[in-house]
Amino acid sequence: MADPMKIRAQMKGDVAEIRILMSHAMETGQRKDAAGNTVPAHFIQSITIDVGGKRVVDGQTGTAISRNPVFGFKMKGAKAGDKVVVNWVDNKGDKRSDEATVA
Amino acid sequence: MEMNQTRRIVLRGAGSFGALSALIMAGVLKPTAAFAADWNKAAFEAKDTPAALKGLGAGSTADSKDLVLKVPDIAENGAVVPVDVISNIPNTTSIAILVDKNPTALSAQFSFANGAVPEVSARIKMGQTSLVKAVAKAGDKFYIAQKECKVTVGGCGG
Repeated sequence: MADPMKIRAQMKGDVAEIRILMSHAMETGQRKDAAGNTVPAHFIQSITIDVGGKRVVDGQTGTAISRNPVFGFKMKGAKAGDKVVVNWVDNKGDKRSDEATVA
Repeated sequence: MEMNQTRRIVLRGAGSFGALSALIMAGVLKPTAAFAADWNKAAFEAKDTPAALKGLGAGSTADSKDLVLKVPDIAENGAVVPVDVISNIPNTTSIAILVDKNPTALSAQFSFANGAVPEVSARIKMGQTSLVKAVAKAGDKFYIAQKECKVTVGGCGG
């Protein structure tokens, strides 16, 4: 089970800034370990963000996203108190869902 | 590919709820599939940019000054390269980030809805010095912006 995400959602004027830090190895499948064996690919493939019950961002990612991914998004029409739900699923079927509140 | 076609039909028919529910009833789509499309294997496993763009359905792309791509001129650590993409193109619905010389060109693709600003910041991996490309979709058209980022191996600062 992956570690929780860190999610920060803050109103800046009329725009909500959402920053997400995910905890994931993001193995490309090209790296070799000390014994020379290829480390199998293990990476996040799908990311969704819901704010106030509505799907805001629907993303897909490949192996070229850095380890422990950081993403930043912005949205209009959100207000303080709205619930932010972020989900990810990786290529091995591991998943994680975390919540935050727009401040 | 078959999944992509299904998805395109769904997107086209998004205005008509009847068509969508008919597809769901016909068992073509699971209800959740209407929201989160399956991982676009064809695009993400493409070795070069033209093939990745094809996988995204972007046959031709037009240069646009309204698509802003921010990457550092020099990245001392290719494992963590900050990328910002901001689309000022009206009705932008998705943004993709590609690195020409990575083993697989496509890094990420994001679709925006319900008030999301077509803007994303992310950190990507780059194997070597390469052009970084941002592709935005607005309506049926695709727009592109690109910038070179030098990757210095060994972190000597080049």
